[in-house]
Amino acid sequence: MTEDTAVRPIVAMTGITIRFPGVLALDNVDFALRPGEVHSLMGENGAGKSTLIKALTGVYAIDGGSILIDGEPRSFAHTADAQAAGISTVYQEVNLCPNLSVGENVMLGHEPRRAGGIDWRATHAEAARHLGNLGVAIDTHSILSSHSIALQQLVAISRAMVTESRVLVLDEPTSSLDRGEVVQLFGVIRDLRDRGVAILFVSHFLDQVFEISDHITVLRNGRLVGSSPAADLTRGELVAQMLGREFDELASISQAADRSIDRGGHPVVSATGLGRRGVLEPSDLDVFDGEVVGIAGLLGSGRTELVRLLYGADHADSGRVAVRGSTVRLTTPRHAIENRIAFSSEDRRAEGIIGDLTVAENIVLGIQARRGWLRKIGGAEQASIVAEYIEALGVRPADPSMLVRNLSGGNQQKVLLARWLATAPQLIILDEPTRGIDVGAKADIQRKVAELAGQGLAVVFISSELEEVVRLAHRIVVMRDRRKLGELDAHDTNVDDVVAAIAAEAREEAREGVA
Amino acid sequence: MTRILRHRLVLPIAALVALVLVNTISRPSFVSITVRDGQLYGSVIDILRNSAPLMLVALGMTIVIATRGIDLSVGALMAVSGAVALTIIDGSGAPDSPATLAIAIAAGVAVTLVFGAWNGFLVAVLGIQPIIATLVLMLAGRGIALLITGGFITTVTSTPYKFMSQGYLLGLPFAFYVSVVAIVLVAVIQRRTALGVLTESVGINPEASRLAGVRSRGIVWGAYAASGLLAGFAGILYSSNIMAADANAAGQYIELDAILAVVLGGTSLMGGKFSIAGTVIGVFTIQTLKSTITFLGVPPAVSPLFMALVVVIVVLVQSQRVRGGTLRLWNALTARSTKDAEVAR
Repeated sequence: MTEDTAVRPIVAMTGITIRFPGVLALDNVDFALRPGEVHSLMGENGAGKSTLIKALTGVYAIDGGSILIDGEPRSFAHTADAQAAGISTVYQEVNLCPNLSVGENVMLGHEPRRAGGIDWRATHAEAARHLGNLGVAIDTHSILSSHSIALQQLVAISRAMVTESRVLVLDEPTSSLDRGEVVQLFGVIRDLRDRGVAILFVSHFLDQVFEISDHITVLRNGRLVGSSPAADLTRGELVAQMLGREFDELASISQAADRSIDRGGHPVVSATGLGRRGVLEPSDLDVFDGEVVGIAGLLGSGRTELVRLLYGADHADSGRVAVRGSTVRLTTPRHAIENRIAFSSEDRRAEGIIGDLTVAENIVLGIQARRGWLRKIGGAEQASIVAEYIEALGVRPADPSMLVRNLSGGNQQKVLLARWLATAPQLIILDEPTRGIDVGAKADIQRKVAELAGQGLAVVFISSELEEVVRLAHRIVVMRDRRKLGELDAHDTNVDDVVAAIAAEAREEAREGVA
Repeated sequence: MTRILRHRLVLPIAALVALVLVNTISRPSFVSITVRDGQLYGSVIDILRNSAPLMLVALGMTIVIATRGIDLSVGALMAVSGAVALTIIDGSGAPDSPATLAIAIAAGVAVTLVFGAWNGFLVAVLGIQPIIATLVLMLAGRGIALLITGGFITTVTSTPYKFMSQGYLLGLPFAFYVSVVAIVLVAVIQRRTALGVLTESVGINPEASRLAGVRSRGIVWGAYAASGLLAGFAGILYSSNIMAADANAAGQYIELDAILAVVLGGTSLMGGKFSIAGTVIGVFTIQTLKSTITFLGVPPAVSPLFMALVVVIVVLVQSQRVRGGTLRLWNALTARSTKDAEVAR
């Protein structure tokens, strides 16, 4: 389908701004969706994709900007308002009633009535007609949960068609589908597009995005980076837009890779064939003293999965891990901590901070957990540890008694870093430590990482911002589609090399097995 | 001043004080304490004594709730410990000997400790939802107690056993000392060690705590075991008060009173931050409320309704949303009246 700018957009969002406490989630973003196009919204975690979708579907109220639906200004206070305006959403986790029948789910709230009651016969006939339009022929009396996720998604789409939606938002619809199911779904999507429905598609599978999209819009850090017809965009350009490059004050941090690393002895941690079915193909990873190993890859590439298996946050079902040459058992985080391995999760709120505890309590939590509950860290000792790390990392405000949830993202990240550094680790794994934080805090954290590595700490550093990885790492592990592709020596490597390595034409069959 | 007002125990304390004031105004003798044979008597003393079983249960409940859990089995466990203890005394040749007493109490609480640990196992190891896991013993516990007593209400005569709930020591009821010892022990174990903050950490964010290396499983398990142990002691006190093991009446609905006491004390049912002092105040509030109902001559038939009304008021006052809403309403009203005043000028 060719780009036709003459068609008036069904959705025209202009200057959309949404603020969360401490974060500008969307900064003056424009977005236009036209009837009869499949429009992909791309960006890493925290880029603002979900926020933009939630603004469109009425989950979040916008702080600035305007939304025109079919030329008319609209403001959505509730999801029902958006649905009334003809916007339907199908989420990754299907939000239907699993214990009702397929027919009831399709027609819920729109059942034909007769004599004051629901005309069930007509309801199921109607449901079957809508499903039939999508090429689905199943017994509408069967219970929804007895069908596969793929079929449930088609049911959800049918449901959207019952309400005569003109805009269909598909948020990560393919993440739990196999290849055959994806083909069927794409058939339905193309069919709907040809009938004039505007489709907003979100996925982190690049191949699928290029296969289905007419138009691609990229967000990064809450800002619009680019919007162009899919045909005009190469895979490399897209990856570069998503991962971004920043040449500002961060450039002041020296290229850490210039320091040479002694890889003579045993690595601090060495993983061999570490993997888990359906999560990560067996991968190797060595980290030496004083070395920063960067992991580059898109979301879902296996970068987070690899370090979670290494830390024991999830169970590996293959491979072994050696610490300084001797094989150890790392099946729970406690094992990893006993081997002085620290891990800071990418999900700061859900897996990092203890929001309702104070800054001080959060900082000493790691040491306290290691010591056990009987040997409490006394007031004076706690005060000195906390003061030391607040000072060293520049936590602001420097108030140990403040609840950590009231801090900005960057300062929460510093508190987490402090928690781990206080336990004196020999390896620290930082998964997206700079996501969603302001540039000053980013620079602070990167400087600290470089400094710590200089003092001999081994670091695994994951970031969606390739600039950061290239700047900090001595060695870069490249991952895609839950597989390690290879390693790059960070000497003489620039962002373009890494982008090229990630974007290298994907092997179709490699991705098919991924659930 | 605002700092004091913002302290989280202000409202629970205010509720208790208000209740005491209502009582004193309606019947001034409420606060009077008489001395007979060197022992103190009066309504307040009764409250201190009668609140002891609820106090023990509510302390355990506080810890369990802090881990994001709930323990519905405490009332049934009270029945079990009473049944075990009284059956041992009943079967022994020397019901008045201290040795019999010690064995009876130890056996009674040991059984509930094991049952508490079973609850903990279901929740912490098998991952069953706390409300379901403890419902098992809530229902089965009374049956077990009936089995132990052979289906009868076992009654005994044992002077030292009776002393525990009805005796006096240094002018005050012995049961009150049991309360105080339990409060101090729980407070010391939780707050002088790191257990309290680790418990809160697990309650606030279980996954983050696990990744930080906190032994979440052990902490949750221990909380239920402690709750079982404390319920056991509460059951001993209860059976000592009536000198009978009544498997059906012992600790009936006490789990609800305990949960209420914890909530009145400002600990959220969502888990996390907990307050021992708050729970203590909550227990006294509930016990005072119960005697208020008697004082005011509320007919027994409507007393639950009266209690419910008071609870609704207290909980509404504590609700953040209600307070925020009232504040906004107040601001809107005052803003309008100043505007009206300006217009009038």
